[in-house]
Amino acid sequence: MSLIATLARLEAVESGRAQPLATVRHRHLSERPLVFVPLTTAGEAGAPLGALVGTDRNAPTLLVVPQPRDRDLRFTFLADLAEAVLPYLDAYAADIELTERSETDPETGKKTKVEVELCADAPQLIVPGRAGVDFVRLLGRSMRFRRTAEQDPDAPYPAPPRVPLLGRWFTHYAERARTPGAALLLAATDLLNRHWATGQSSLEDQHLGALLAWIDPPAGEPGAEAALRAELARGADGQLLCPPAGPATDPAFDNRLLAPAVERYDRARQALQAAEDGLAADDRLGQLTAAEREIRRLLAAQLMPTWSAVWRALDLLRELPEGDRAAARWTSDRWSFTGHRDRITAGEPPQPRRDDAVTAATKLLRRERAQAELEAGEALDDPLVMAGRRLSGEAFAGEVVEVTPAWSESKRPSPRPLLTLRTDDAPHLAEGAKVYRSLDGKPQKAEFVAYEPGGALVLRVLDKMGRAKDPAPGSVPEKGDRICWTLFEHEQRGAPKLPDPEATPWTHGGPPGAATAEQPDAPTPEDLL
Amino acid sequence: MTVFDPGAAATAATEAILADTLHGSARGVVVDSPPGAGKSTLVVRAALELVAAGRPLMVVAQTNSQVDDLVVRLAEKAPGLPVGRLHSSDSDPYDKALDELENVRKSSKAGDLAGLDVVISTAAKWAHVKDVEPWRHAIVDEAYQMRSDALLAVAGLFERALFVGDPGQLDPFAIADAEQWAGLSYDPSASAVSTLLAHNPELPQHRLPVSWRLPASAAPLVSNAFYPFTPFRSGTGHGDRRLAFGVASDGSAPDRALDEAAESGWALLELPARHTPRTDPEAVRAAAQVVRRLLDRGGAATSERSPDPVPLTADRIAVGTAHRDQAAAIRAALAELGVSGVAVDTANRLQGREFDVTVVLHPLSGRPDATAFHLETGRLCVLASRHRHACIVVCRAGVTDLLDDHPSTEPVQLGVTVKFPDGWEAMMSTWDHWSEHRVVWRP
Repeated sequence: MSLIATLARLEAVESGRAQPLATVRHRHLSERPLVFVPLTTAGEAGAPLGALVGTDRNAPTLLVVPQPRDRDLRFTFLADLAEAVLPYLDAYAADIELTERSETDPETGKKTKVEVELCADAPQLIVPGRAGVDFVRLLGRSMRFRRTAEQDPDAPYPAPPRVPLLGRWFTHYAERARTPGAALLLAATDLLNRHWATGQSSLEDQHLGALLAWIDPPAGEPGAEAALRAELARGADGQLLCPPAGPATDPAFDNRLLAPAVERYDRARQALQAAEDGLAADDRLGQLTAAEREIRRLLAAQLMPTWSAVWRALDLLRELPEGDRAAARWTSDRWSFTGHRDRITAGEPPQPRRDDAVTAATKLLRRERAQAELEAGEALDDPLVMAGRRLSGEAFAGEVVEVTPAWSESKRPSPRPLLTLRTDDAPHLAEGAKVYRSLDGKPQKAEFVAYEPGGALVLRVLDKMGRAKDPAPGSVPEKGDRICWTLFEHEQRGAPKLPDPEATPWTHGGPPGAATAEQPDAPTPEDLL
Repeated sequence: MTVFDPGAAATAATEAILADTLHGSARGVVVDSPPGAGKSTLVVRAALELVAAGRPLMVVAQTNSQVDDLVVRLAEKAPGLPVGRLHSSDSDPYDKALDELENVRKSSKAGDLAGLDVVISTAAKWAHVKDVEPWRHAIVDEAYQMRSDALLAVAGLFERALFVGDPGQLDPFAIADAEQWAGLSYDPSASAVSTLLAHNPELPQHRLPVSWRLPASAAPLVSNAFYPFTPFRSGTGHGDRRLAFGVASDGSAPDRALDEAAESGWALLELPARHTPRTDPEAVRAAAQVVRRLLDRGGAATSERSPDPVPLTADRIAVGTAHRDQAAAIRAALAELGVSGVAVDTANRLQGREFDVTVVLHPLSGRPDATAFHLETGRLCVLASRHRHACIVVCRAGVTDLLDDHPSTEPVQLGVTVKFPDGWEAMMSTWDHWSEHRVVWRP
């Protein structure tokens, strides 16, 4: 944690309210996000229990699995979920704009401009917390390899038609969420934690209710008390007033309310199957419906507080203006969405279970690049974030007190003016260190020359001054200008081109294929009871 | 019992490595080298022998200064050898000393250097080289500090390779989360050697058995704490190296610590227990004062390199820290005391460098917690193995309590080879040893 974040947390403790960590919003928020609040069954990994999903805060769709251990009901749930989510995704896939991209011609090796489609906007999924992102990944993993009856008529347990497709989209969204700064799938807690510092530990910050209690406490109440209430307060029935944001449920809810209700549902179902005549069946069907309606009511009561909390979090975040570079990052999200749309249209198979060596390396390089760009971009967008970097010696702001024209020593001298700056910051500058400032949105580079006896520092400007002998107008700072310089680069260099997966070298096991294909574990004596 | 002859042991190891490299059938040879075991000497010798055998060679190192250093060493050994230095297209991309060397050609394009016996560059630059005839042989230096994805980018450029590195130093790291690939044989955030050996377990592996840098007082501790299964010895005996001062001690704690270090090779300058910010002002001042006194007292080092004592100058001293802001704070404190020319840097940047005396700010000093970063074995190993004569550790008391309160809690990943010793154990064993050389200071 940076010094400035620690300071903000201390101030939050003292004042009883969360303190801002940012003055602009560093993630793009869609006009019409899809909020998804899932619940899972305790002790049964990957068995969804229910969910609220929708784009209208006043009209969520409630999906429920009345008996989570019944795989048919689980499939029904997933099919309903696909019907709730896929039309939302499809609407964005159809709305495109045309743009140009340079591509290398595989035959001539020359770069040519080609016209390509880019979706005008991308669908955005919001879940309450990080566990929600993991649950989306898990659902994606459990659905994308299923086969529908249409794909494989011999499949013993065919999946409902659109379920594998939803699995591929969920997988793509969860994978994209691992890219720093990406906004296709966001957790409300992550969004809030990026923009506010609370007076509690970062572990406690994962609790959406407690987090909101710090950021927007009820009138007059200190954040710490409101947060404690959100975490622990229970009603007369012993149930939490602010249920966990899921997907895990509160054990007290599971034991006292859910388990008896599911049992009633099971009994009603058995009774219906045992019914001997139509009249009795009608009656028992009514009981079954009532039992199911009861489970729906219970789950809705658990989900609704979280549903409202997510929308409230979005309201709070919308009050901040969006950072310039957050919008630019959203464009990469649109490319990501368009790319996956194209892969599905082209009939490519679902994402593999594991990345091959080249894909893994490519992803890691891209994410590292995104991380560096995100850190630089947030600082450049936001003076409060930049203040943190200045405090840690990675940037400094200062006033230009003198500009000395100078030129490089070459046959065609280029301008290399010297700037003398006075700053109160304490940057970690070594001799020859490169520093950067933003000049009309482009980075201009300078190098640190020396400290002057009075403590002022001297920089030599190195680029962005045009080709002429004298610097282009406006390209060199003037006396009296106050400028913020960073020790980190604003843009990242192009990553090297890795070999094609078919050309994976011997050091990395050679091309992926039959030789490396995974074999099931051989049975061992322990496997047989 | 036979007497251990370090020279003979080292020669035997080198001969075996060269035999496998020049005449073996395996595509790769891996050499583990403890700190100061003559890794660079081995790389230069292997390069010369490969060239002599008529095999053009590419050399991959990790940083520009490592590359420049290798070029200079090669030119010293074989001034007539045509060497290519492939560099980036930045301004000032290589050490100006290379311009003095007659047979070194420098270029930012691999094509310009075609046909030269040896071409040297960083892994990052090699990764951009495309469409060239693969080299028959490569030497990969500091291979344990190279990431697996960096090897993936360059492995297509050579047919066979000699991988040399120190497994005990800092592992490569990624600034983005790479947990999803943990346990895969080609985890891109793992070290190049772990991927290489996971896919090619039959490759011959060697190790250099003698550290020429570490004195007899340090080799056993470093070997036991950081290389418990691949022990090494010091190349010199207890009487071979001596550190003496022209000015007598003034009785202060820094002076007593210096005397203890001169006598035994180690000193622990212990400040009172306290939780502090990272740039603990008292510890920073203590470290700076130790350096100041080290210079003021006219230190002189006697070693096997020369019969007469050599004055201990600022360029033979280093201060090592865990964090960059700590290094910056110590640099500022030294400047205040009028000291210049002493290398002050983080463990990452001191890797591969050698000094007579080092002053180390202990990674756990003053901390309220022990995170994986601070417990990383490699970090402490680098800090504790840069010196030829003596090392003075500056630390707040209470490290044992801190360690007791923070057992290692890193998640266990399936398929990931557990690294021994873990940082916790290495911290504890080095601390036990240093406690015997404790000088308590209440500033």
